[in-house]
Amino acid sequence: MTDMPVGERKQLAPPVDDSGPFGWARKHLFSSWGNAITTVVLIVAMAWILSWFLEWAVFTANFTASTGSECRGGGACWALIREKWRLIFFGTFPFDQQWRPFFAVVIMLAMLVTTSDRRMWKPWRLLAIWSIGSFFTFLLMFGQLHIPLSLFLAIALAIGGVGMGFRKGIAQAGEMNLYRALAAVGLAGLVLLVVGVLPNWKLPIAPFSYVETGLWGGIPVTLILATYGLLFAFPYGILLALGRRSNLPLIKGLCVGFIELIRGVPLISLLIMASVMLPLFLPTGVTFDKFLRAQVAVILFAGAYIAEIIRGGLQSLPKGQFEAADAMGLNYVQKTALIILPQALRVVIPPLINTFIGFFKDTSLVLIIGIFDFLNTANQALVDPAWAGYPGEVYLFAAFVYFCFCYSMSRYSKYLEVELNKGTRR
Amino acid sequence: MAVEALSSAPRVKVAPWNDPVIRGWVFQIVVVGLVGLLAWYLVSNTIDNLERQKIASGFHYLDREAGFEIGDTMIAYSPASTYARAIWVGLLNTLKVSVLGVIMATFLGTAIGVGKLSNNWLLAKICEWYVEAFRNVPLLLWLFLFYKLISEAFPGPRQAIGAFWNTVYLSNRGLYFPVPVADPIYKWMGVALLVGIAGAWGLQRWAKKRQELTGQPFPSISAGFGVAIGLPFIVWLLGGAPHHMSWPELKGFNFDGGTVIQPEFTALLLGLVLYTSAFVAEIVRSGILALHKGQSEAAAALGLSRGQAMRLVLLPQALRVIVPPMTSQYLNITKNSSLAIAIGYPDLVASINVTINQTGQAIENVLIIMAAYLSVSLSISAFMNWYNKRIALRER
Repeated sequence: MTDMPVGERKQLAPPVDDSGPFGWARKHLFSSWGNAITTVVLIVAMAWILSWFLEWAVFTANFTASTGSECRGGGACWALIREKWRLIFFGTFPFDQQWRPFFAVVIMLAMLVTTSDRRMWKPWRLLAIWSIGSFFTFLLMFGQLHIPLSLFLAIALAIGGVGMGFRKGIAQAGEMNLYRALAAVGLAGLVLLVVGVLPNWKLPIAPFSYVETGLWGGIPVTLILATYGLLFAFPYGILLALGRRSNLPLIKGLCVGFIELIRGVPLISLLIMASVMLPLFLPTGVTFDKFLRAQVAVILFAGAYIAEIIRGGLQSLPKGQFEAADAMGLNYVQKTALIILPQALRVVIPPLINTFIGFFKDTSLVLIIGIFDFLNTANQALVDPAWAGYPGEVYLFAAFVYFCFCYSMSRYSKYLEVELNKGTRR
Repeated sequence: MAVEALSSAPRVKVAPWNDPVIRGWVFQIVVVGLVGLLAWYLVSNTIDNLERQKIASGFHYLDREAGFEIGDTMIAYSPASTYARAIWVGLLNTLKVSVLGVIMATFLGTAIGVGKLSNNWLLAKICEWYVEAFRNVPLLLWLFLFYKLISEAFPGPRQAIGAFWNTVYLSNRGLYFPVPVADPIYKWMGVALLVGIAGAWGLQRWAKKRQELTGQPFPSISAGFGVAIGLPFIVWLLGGAPHHMSWPELKGFNFDGGTVIQPEFTALLLGLVLYTSAFVAEIVRSGILALHKGQSEAAAALGLSRGQAMRLVLLPQALRVIVPPMTSQYLNITKNSSLAIAIGYPDLVASINVTINQTGQAIENVLIIMAAYLSVSLSISAFMNWYNKRIALRER
């Protein structure tokens, strides 16, 4: 080739133009014979499926029928959704009170959305958002809350204790005294309560009629099970992960055993255990709300999975961080809380969101022990004999709702992964 | 050495409450004591409750007659069989659907994961939307949807859709198709198949060695298939080529003869495979993307086609990244097969659930479920940890 004179060299064709719509199509759809055939086959198949689906879902669909028998046109019976959407979204919650679960869902979504904003990632802000939001969520759902004195005392003790531990040497004397006073009042009150000197007085807040958990259903149940499952499992997952990484053999053994036991069995077996075995574990006469039992099972289950994710975060830290913290003379708690966890948790936020998506989907399993989550209320919409025979419509609608929730969360997780890695990206 | 000097230096005397070793043991003893107390409390409550409800504990109930029907059994079972047998049937069904699910999800998922990386834009987009659609909706919902569609959209047995000159029937009771009538020669054909597979594997090894030594390729894949399929065929011919078939026929309200794949099984397998393949696709894709770009460029520079590059260069290397998360997907299939109970397929959990309801032996039965799933999970976990250690990059 090289020693050929210029005029005799074979003239190569100019490179194919891949700009503009035609160029784009040539490059991405018709770059070779195989590709072209694939493209044509796919277009034909998609056109066929889409035309069939649109015919069913839009052109011959019935949006206005008042009973199932009016729907026999062959198309989709979306009138069923129109008729049953309140059952699907809110279950058997008293019909005239269904604005309450609606606003509870709004509050929970608002909490999740504000939490997703990185400017809110300060312990006090998060604590404020979640305690106030949770209070109103459960007030709306139950209608009445009776807050026992012991809860106030425990909160006072917790604030005082945390303040005394973490603001030591930073806070002014006045602030420190406040923490000491809070802790002292909390501790003294709890001791008096246990001894029986102080009556366990309850603060009644009862603006609405009481609705028991057995009547809850639909989206709020799914959201509560997933959100509070993860919220409570988080601290306990951190403890499990730290225990698994600890060099104390008994602690390590306990944590490894627990994590592997939970991760080795399906969630259903835990739910069955919670529904048939938990009553046997408790003293006779003590009963547990069924909803709470499912919530406990979800928390136990989620903790083991979260622990493994956090362990991944802990393992990703270079050894130097642990050694540097030791060299600074920090003790175990200080080292963990101030040096290790802040870095480890930052790494695991995206996988944690993916776990949340997983639990949001997995809460649907609670229907097996008879709790009316969103999928179960969708099932209930099929029970009505007047509307029998349209499972596809209801399930597609439910799938669409689940998809909206999970897809937006997975997008957020992807965005966060890029955002959090900005500092370390090459 | 400084390190030796440090470690052999006399230990500084510290007060016992400041000694980290003593502190560690005290802390451990306190925690274990608390856990022990909790366990004792739960166990004593349980014993109290069992006495009060007059439930005899122990596994004696396993020998009693089960008395319930199971729709889909791989081994002989009747309501007169024992509970132990019913649970065994359930476990076999769990394993059957898990093994089939793992194989099918691996192939489908790999195809879709590779498809997502295709340079055909349309194919890549379709694969992407497949993944998003299936993994963002609960598996249980897919199971309900498939089950209801099969059992409500297909006609009853009397109006069953016949296909292939009415040898195969599709109805809401399942898919009926003909099977050969049992013959002793089939057992020997199974043996021949195993021998053939072993032979094909040996052939593959020999061909690889020869190619490494001499550079001469040998069509080991087609030859291997020939051995694995040909051997049972020869056995079949030698055994007199039995060809009696049992054909499905409509008798009364249902089909007789042939065999059937039940709608519960179909819906469960379909749901598990489609759902898990979406996750497998993501794993395969990220495994391939984790490779340095130079690998695919080097393969192209050597003149390998895209398919050859994928098969010979990219996939073998990507496997290192793919295998650990893939193993946990296999575990997920096994665990998720327990959702069978929701659509009425008689897997392990479903059999146990009936047993709990009939005998009231909740604790023993839950223990059986946990032991069964744990032994499957732990064996896969142990394998995964071993493999993980083997392929992990060595650091200081």
